[in-house]
Amino acid sequence: MTDIPAPRHIPDRLDKPLSSAIFSWEALLVVVAVAIFAINSFASPYFLDPYSLSDLTFNFTEKGLIAFAMALLIISGEIDLSVAAIIALASTMMGMAVQAGAGTPVLVLIGIVVGLGCGAFNGLLVTRLGLPSIVVTIGTMSLFRGIAFIILGDQAYKGYPESFAFFGQGYVWWVVSFELVLFLIAAVVYWFLLHRTSFGRRVFAIGNNPVAAQFSGVRVGRIKFILFCLTGLMSGIASVLITSRLGSTRPSIAQGYELEVITMVVLGGVSILGGAGSIVGVVLAAFIMGLVTFGLGLLNVPGIVMSIFIGLLLIIVIALPIVWRRLRGGR
Amino acid sequence: MKAFLKYREVWLAAAIIVLIGLISTRFPAFADPGNLRQVFNDTSILMILALGQMVVILTRSIDLSMASNLCFTGMVVAMLNAAHPAIPIPLLIVIALVVGLVLGAINGLLVWRLNIPSIVVTLGTLTIYRGATFVLSGGAWVNADKMSPDFIGFQRAAFLGIPVLSWIAILVIALFFVLMTRTALGRSIYAIGVNPTASVYTGIDVGRTKFIVFCISGMIGGLAGYLWISRYVIASVEVANGYELNIIAACVIGGISIAGGIGSVGGAVLGALFLGIISNALPVINISPFWQMAISGSAIILAVVLNARGERQQGRIILRKVEAA
Repeated sequence: MTDIPAPRHIPDRLDKPLSSAIFSWEALLVVVAVAIFAINSFASPYFLDPYSLSDLTFNFTEKGLIAFAMALLIISGEIDLSVAAIIALASTMMGMAVQAGAGTPVLVLIGIVVGLGCGAFNGLLVTRLGLPSIVVTIGTMSLFRGIAFIILGDQAYKGYPESFAFFGQGYVWWVVSFELVLFLIAAVVYWFLLHRTSFGRRVFAIGNNPVAAQFSGVRVGRIKFILFCLTGLMSGIASVLITSRLGSTRPSIAQGYELEVITMVVLGGVSILGGAGSIVGVVLAAFIMGLVTFGLGLLNVPGIVMSIFIGLLLIIVIALPIVWRRLRGGR
Repeated sequence: MKAFLKYREVWLAAAIIVLIGLISTRFPAFADPGNLRQVFNDTSILMILALGQMVVILTRSIDLSMASNLCFTGMVVAMLNAAHPAIPIPLLIVIALVVGLVLGAINGLLVWRLNIPSIVVTLGTLTIYRGATFVLSGGAWVNADKMSPDFIGFQRAAFLGIPVLSWIAILVIALFFVLMTRTALGRSIYAIGVNPTASVYTGIDVGRTKFIVFCISGMIGGLAGYLWISRYVIASVEVANGYELNIIAACVIGGISIAGGIGSVGGAVLGALFLGIISNALPVINISPFWQMAISGSAIILAVVLNARGERQQGRIILRKVEAA
């Protein structure tokens, strides 16, 4: 009889040496964030003020909320370009409800349900018909915002009830806004979902190899559908916040947000090819983008010039590790 | 005949003819040759841009920065023209091509040398190029009164009864047709899209070819920059904002697969024409222009659904064509 080798112990997760933590993506982002924070506080005397810092958070909370769901979606190998259009459509529907005399709870419900519905529509097209998500969501992006334009034209909805203003303008405690609290809660929820549940494991599995995942019993279609619904849901929530903050709805609301959300996710270390990423990275990226836009705003740099910095940041942060590996003679 | 009907372009062309027919039941003058010539001229810039985007998409990449490139290059030529009206227009077009080429080459180098996914690179340069336009112009506009009559009039001059703009589009279509069907580069572009790994083994330099396609889309963006600015006679930071998605939409409607390897010059042109006809027809048949976005969105979704059916038998496209010949 031949010896059967004892089954090798397979660790649940690999040991992480300290050096890998130091050279990790998140560490790089922390360094960048601290550097930008330091530069900002030197550059403007108004920066290190609790009220300024509180204003700063409004720059990223709404987009950040969507970025969490988008991170999961991109890790699974899909993408949703229609998130900003969902915001516009949900906001338009809320505006219509206001004209019909709806109260605050109904408005919030409408925003969330419309967002969820749009996400489910995307999900159905992608998973049921097997279509590429990038094209589907370019289509629904035009469709959703197009419906908002048909309803509103060049008009705007106003007259939201006063109690509705709390979501986008209210403070829970001192300078801590409701939006920031929601952002932090969502961060914890999505961190738990992605890194501590079997659902999160399956998302990674799908992103790394959808075919292998399918053969391992992962219901690829259903999980992707859920992820599209989640992205729609978060867009609906963001729509409530933005509409409440601005107090009005135009069909061009949140134009171009989709690219900023995706930039945030990619900057956070999520691989655009799927299969890798972390929520901590996305949170850090959200902070960095908020810091950059707010700091430059204090220095009276116009928004369009800020976008240069965001674009450069995106490319440099992605290119740096690659160049670094080359220089060390990796290949 | 059966083989003829298998081509997606035939179906798309039929859909366009039906569309024109439907519109002319409401408004007979729409199908008038003079009006159709006008629609073609209106769609020329979109057609040119769609062809540039097509070669990128065929290699499984995407160029989101084309509209920003157009905006930047347009501002460069407009400012040059305002400062030195003596520069002849052909030279300005060459300058536009070169500026566009440089911007495209930056995209291409990042994709080729650093292996960053093209969607990330061009997402970054999309904001950078538009921001650079603001830095260059200081936020100011270049209005029609600062542009020389030649600058504005060049593309409007009629040659054999057709405006120069349309002739430029026809020339570009012809060049792309030759490139895609008669050159080794065109064949490599298809090969990379169908199977990048196999392409490497057949001796195609995938990275370098991707660099070249980004140079091509950059040059097209630059050319379109001059054409756009001289057509709408205003250069500002807002020019063609968000237009990158219209370009991709034209490609998708034209049957170019976002997964690479499938698509043709005829498809891209017809896809752009389809969008052009819709935007021209809406005001004529008294539908609010606000409907346009939702209609083109629905058209994109419909096109993807239909394309997906054709793509089931993916791969070996080149071989099958050769066998048939």
